[in-house]
Amino acid sequence: MWPFSRKKQLELPDFWWSYVEHFKEKLPDGIQENTFVVLDTETTGFSLTRDRMLCIGALKLYNNNIVVKDSFEVYIEQDHYSSESAEIHGILKKSKRDRISELEALKQFLAYAKNHVLVGHHVMFDINMINAALKRNGLPKLKNKTLDTETLYIRTLLISAVVQRKERYTLDDLAKKFSISRKDRHTALGDAFITAIAFIRTIEKLKPKKLKDLLR
Amino acid sequence: MKNTISERIADFLKNYPPFNAMDSKQLDELSLEVVIIHKETNAIVFCENENPHEHFYVVNKGAVALSKEGSSQILDICDEGDVFGLRPLLANESYKLEAKAYEETILYAIPIKDFRPLALENKRIGNFLIESFASNTGNPYSIKHRGKLYGSNNQEDQFSTNKILDLQPIKYSTDLITCKEGTKIKTIANKMTKHNVSSILVEKNHMPVGIITDKDLRKKVATGLFPITGTAKTIMSSPIITYPKELTLAQSQMAMMKSNISHLVLTEDGTTDSRAVGILSKHDIMVAVGNNPAVLLRAIKRATDAKRLRSIRHGIMNLLRGYLDQNIPLGLVSKIISELNDASTKQVIQIALSKMDEAPPVKFTWLSMGSQGRGEQLLNTDQDNAIIFEDVPEEVLEKTRDYFLKLGERISKDLNTIGFEYCPADMMASSRSWCRSLSEWKEVTAHWIHNPGPEEILLSSIFFDYNVTFGDKALADELSHSIFDHANHYPQFFTHLASGALQNPSPSGFFRDFLVEQDGEHKDFFDLKLRALMPIIDAARVLILSHSIKSINNTAERYEKLAELEPNNKELYLACSYASKALLKFRTRQGLLHNDSGRYIALDKLNKEEKIKLKRTFKTVKEIQSLIEIRFQVKNLLR
Repeated sequence: MWPFSRKKQLELPDFWWSYVEHFKEKLPDGIQENTFVVLDTETTGFSLTRDRMLCIGALKLYNNNIVVKDSFEVYIEQDHYSSESAEIHGILKKSKRDRISELEALKQFLAYAKNHVLVGHHVMFDINMINAALKRNGLPKLKNKTLDTETLYIRTLLISAVVQRKERYTLDDLAKKFSISRKDRHTALGDAFITAIAFIRTIEKLKPKKLKDLLR
Repeated sequence: MKNTISERIADFLKNYPPFNAMDSKQLDELSLEVVIIHKETNAIVFCENENPHEHFYVVNKGAVALSKEGSSQILDICDEGDVFGLRPLLANESYKLEAKAYEETILYAIPIKDFRPLALENKRIGNFLIESFASNTGNPYSIKHRGKLYGSNNQEDQFSTNKILDLQPIKYSTDLITCKEGTKIKTIANKMTKHNVSSILVEKNHMPVGIITDKDLRKKVATGLFPITGTAKTIMSSPIITYPKELTLAQSQMAMMKSNISHLVLTEDGTTDSRAVGILSKHDIMVAVGNNPAVLLRAIKRATDAKRLRSIRHGIMNLLRGYLDQNIPLGLVSKIISELNDASTKQVIQIALSKMDEAPPVKFTWLSMGSQGRGEQLLNTDQDNAIIFEDVPEEVLEKTRDYFLKLGERISKDLNTIGFEYCPADMMASSRSWCRSLSEWKEVTAHWIHNPGPEEILLSSIFFDYNVTFGDKALADELSHSIFDHANHYPQFFTHLASGALQNPSPSGFFRDFLVEQDGEHKDFFDLKLRALMPIIDAARVLILSHSIKSINNTAERYEKLAELEPNNKELYLACSYASKALLKFRTRQGLLHNDSGRYIALDKLNKEEKIKLKRTFKTVKEIQSLIEIRFQVKNLLR
């Protein structure tokens, strides 16, 4: 078995190796010293096998600052298309946006994300979507640590047996709670921005001392 | 390459000066260079004397307070769209003021190196910056640079606080609109319209000689008495009545009444022989008296949206600060502030109702609970509220509830906008458990009384301090009757309620030391609410409820009533009444000082006198706790 897998690894492209290289470095302990990559994807649907990513949006959060220029937004060329989801994200098949191939998008995303912690709302969906795309292109899975804003938000709520809590909190719920404008809902970068603000406000409530308090 | 976020930033900036003077391409490029910064309440943006940053700032959300370091007086509050931290743009000097997030704030930081070329190239932008830097005339809170507009005046003493309101100097407009004696009336009217002012000063050799007001135009020109082609000289009021610029509110009101005029001209030395420095209109006086409860109340009632109410509430906080500085009895202060809080909530409900698609299907009552219900909510703390609606047939119950839930959500969102935080436990009318029909509420409260577990006790202790803020009082009265009926049939409930009141940890330890929090976010802080206020509030509740009195919610008043009902314990009850007021005042002071809820106190920041005062109240807390322990035989319950 071994020789095969090693051979397979050797075929991985350079950009993957430079991505892996970043993980040799340990993440800083303090929250404020860490860069968080807040991301969101727009997809043609919810199926990991059938559906495809149309757009990845991400931004970097460092010490409560977001540098606008250093944000990430790519639109991806896909053959699979679903007109139902187009009603939500408004990305048409023949839209005029510049689009790049899935592989190119992944390459750029890996170079952007490095070893930073990935933050998202229902983040596993986005991660799985990206992993599915990586797999299609013959690449291994993402290696980054992840944080889900829904889980974090639920941790801020008081635990009470009598007061009923909702089971799920959507990004809309959070935007409402934190009075964040929902104007850019359902554009990947817009949702990433809402998620970033919700993330900041949530960690302010949780007051973790170290990164590992969040990741637990 | 613009992206979704930079587009949104450009969208925001284009509504505010100086960015509204840029063309969209420039703005798009600039927006891409922005850094978005989130600041939590009280986080510092920059300190006094700090070296200039590479950015200046625009408030996107929230508010930033500018002040002199070490003084609690806020010189300016920058709201949405306001620009601050411009100093490095104009002069390579360190900051002269401290900028601090007044609430949770999102800032757009604009890089100066990218902005400067635009400001140099575009005159409108440059002018705006210089003006706003020099005067901040558009901002009623701003007093920081006014002194500089007319030379030598010392700004420190012009608007110093701590004086009684009526004796405070009044803010007037320094942006003088003038004309010559020979100016045509039509030109004058155009000029006044353009600058949107109600009066214009007529000058001769730079000295004020007359004034023309809207009234003159109406009475003398529109009536045909004088032709519109005439000159200023023919219709101006002259000689003018001038006053020195250090006029107090009371003086200016007197002056206007005495001469029956609506505008005062202020000159350098108060005579007509010196330059005019400002005009004071009746409107300025109205704004100044805005710091008085009656005017604030009227302003609240006139407000048509939550945003306006929010700025009025800044005024309420100022009023509160003033009252505490002047040592006005807290009983009175809390009455006034609660009244204003109540009025704001009422207005929010009115606004929300008017925005609903239909009128309410049945009668309803809006209850304020917790501190607001007790009339003790001086600072903006959490909102706790509930809706009772009239009983409806089973089949329309859910439909009715949906209506009120929607209403509740709208109201609680607006309350949040004006500064009341959401309740972390969701005890708000926007949640299903707090939006019920009358008979449902009767059932729920009966359940709490008959099954008094710790949760139920907690809920009843929040709920039973309810107060009707809006709607039909009869519904609340009926609920109260039902609650007392159940409680009287099940006296054990009071024992449980009393044990709940004793559960809060004690304020001081064996050596009469303060007990501070051992861990968590507030390690080494003293929890004033939990360890001192709650025990005394809880004790008052159980005692007064056991006397079947529902009409009194305020803790201090409850103790006063108890002193009347039980003359043998009078002394202790009066001590409790005093302690509850003292603690509340303490908390409010702390809260205003640190712009938070005042709940946690850093003991090392207190002086000796404050510590002694606090400790004195603790003795009372312990005494009242042992009284309820014995009276309600809590020990039996613990066994």
